[in-house]
Amino acid sequence: MNRTNIQLDGQGNLKHFLTVEGLGRDLLTQILDKAEGFLGVAQQAVKKVPLCRGKVVANLFFETSTRTRTTFELAAKRLSADVLNLNISTSATAKGETLLDTLRNLEAMHVDMFVVRHAESGAAHFIAAHAEPHVSVINAGDGRHSHPTQGMLDMFTIRRHKGDFANLCVAVVGDILHSRVARSQLAALRALGAGEVRVIAPRTLIPAEAETLGARVFYDLREGVREADVVIMLRLQRERMRGALLPSEHEYFQLFGLTEERLSTAKRDAIVMHPGPINRGVEMDSQVADGPRSVILEQVSNGIAVRMAVMSMCIGTQNLQGQRHTDA
Amino acid sequence: MSSTEVWKTPAELELIIQRTAAELSYLLETRASNAPIMIGIHTGGVWVAERLHRNLGLDDPLGRLDISFYRDDFTRIGLHPQVRPSDLPVPLDDRHVILVDDVLQTGRTIRAALNVLFDYGRPASVILVTLAERDGRELPIEPNVVGLHARLQPGQQIKLTGPAPLELVLGQCPRERLRKPLPSSPTDE
Repeated sequence: MNRTNIQLDGQGNLKHFLTVEGLGRDLLTQILDKAEGFLGVAQQAVKKVPLCRGKVVANLFFETSTRTRTTFELAAKRLSADVLNLNISTSATAKGETLLDTLRNLEAMHVDMFVVRHAESGAAHFIAAHAEPHVSVINAGDGRHSHPTQGMLDMFTIRRHKGDFANLCVAVVGDILHSRVARSQLAALRALGAGEVRVIAPRTLIPAEAETLGARVFYDLREGVREADVVIMLRLQRERMRGALLPSEHEYFQLFGLTEERLSTAKRDAIVMHPGPINRGVEMDSQVADGPRSVILEQVSNGIAVRMAVMSMCIGTQNLQGQRHTDA
Repeated sequence: MSSTEVWKTPAELELIIQRTAAELSYLLETRASNAPIMIGIHTGGVWVAERLHRNLGLDDPLGRLDISFYRDDFTRIGLHPQVRPSDLPVPLDDRHVILVDDVLQTGRTIRAALNVLFDYGRPASVILVTLAERDGRELPIEPNVVGLHARLQPGQQIKLTGPAPLELVLGQCPRERLRKPLPSSPTDE
């Protein structure tokens, strides 16, 4: 196994997708290029390609999710894989089974890929480190750490609208502190060479390392979105907040909620993104969410293509290992 | 290919394509295949199809097909590094389809292409046109119209280079590919 990066096999092919970090521009660009090809599958009368026929994908969601779980499921089904959706909260874990035992049982059912969401940072990495060598793991969100397929589908959406990243100004607004999506976005934007990256939030919701992530920090929304090409809004992660970080949602909207008026300082052709679920009237006004610059629903469709790309790349790499037996 | 030489020059190919277009046109007439749709297979097939399409003056725009997701060697070599979006601008249902590829060898590319087509719709008929045809068929697939029949020595390969000018180059398979069964044979390249 490649000790330096568990995500790659010995030949540098993607085997697990746990975080955007450490993959480099070429591999991330490869994911985006492949997703471009998968976008067309939705146009077919039969919305399916036979790439992963006979493979079994298990969705292991230890945390609730609608969009991510369903788009992963749809992506796997469009690749012709069989999908197991495990509702962990009502199953074995609740009866006291350890994560590793759950894993071993699923491996005994010849599962080829785990898609993992967990409230603990590092959970997907842990599973990848302990899984059998023929199994791939995709991180569908771990704690505050990473949500790499969301990060990549956002990059894909940006690239489809804006082309090259080099001259772009991208502003990420909201609860940066608790957001694994923001961490993946910032890492991807840096790797893909985005011209300028900004983060905009109240002081209590900016992590200490924001500037080391290569972002300029703003505490004023109007200033922060000035001349931006892309404005990405984040959801307030109430469930992860401990203590009084915000006076109220109402006050948050007064200062950091995106309205058409505040968006007016951004470039005329700026696009507005949100990973969902949106809290209307908290992060953004309905007028903006449903407005002409919003690409929020496009993000959802793009998410299927990006997840198909990542899944087929990882399963393709497993096939290589099956032949070489070098990665055991 | 380790070493290559020009086998058919752009001028020769131009003539071959003209002749192929004439033959295709005659076939369409005798079969009464009205208003056919032409579809090229990425990448070389598209180059040939672009010329045939112009030559025949077809009404509907040219379709382009990528077969990466339907290849039979995914379980051996993983996802093809270059995937291009398929682009079929016109619905295929009940239409006569002309499928165009550059070099036909094993027949696996065409098998994959037919599967892609049928995931888009149910054509009335499909005919296959290839610029060149050579030995090495592994599936019961034969073209309806062929530009030229290549007689090659063992280990020789032909490959279309383009998009402009088009050239058929002749080369030798690297030795290692000769010894083991070709891992990437389905491309016919």
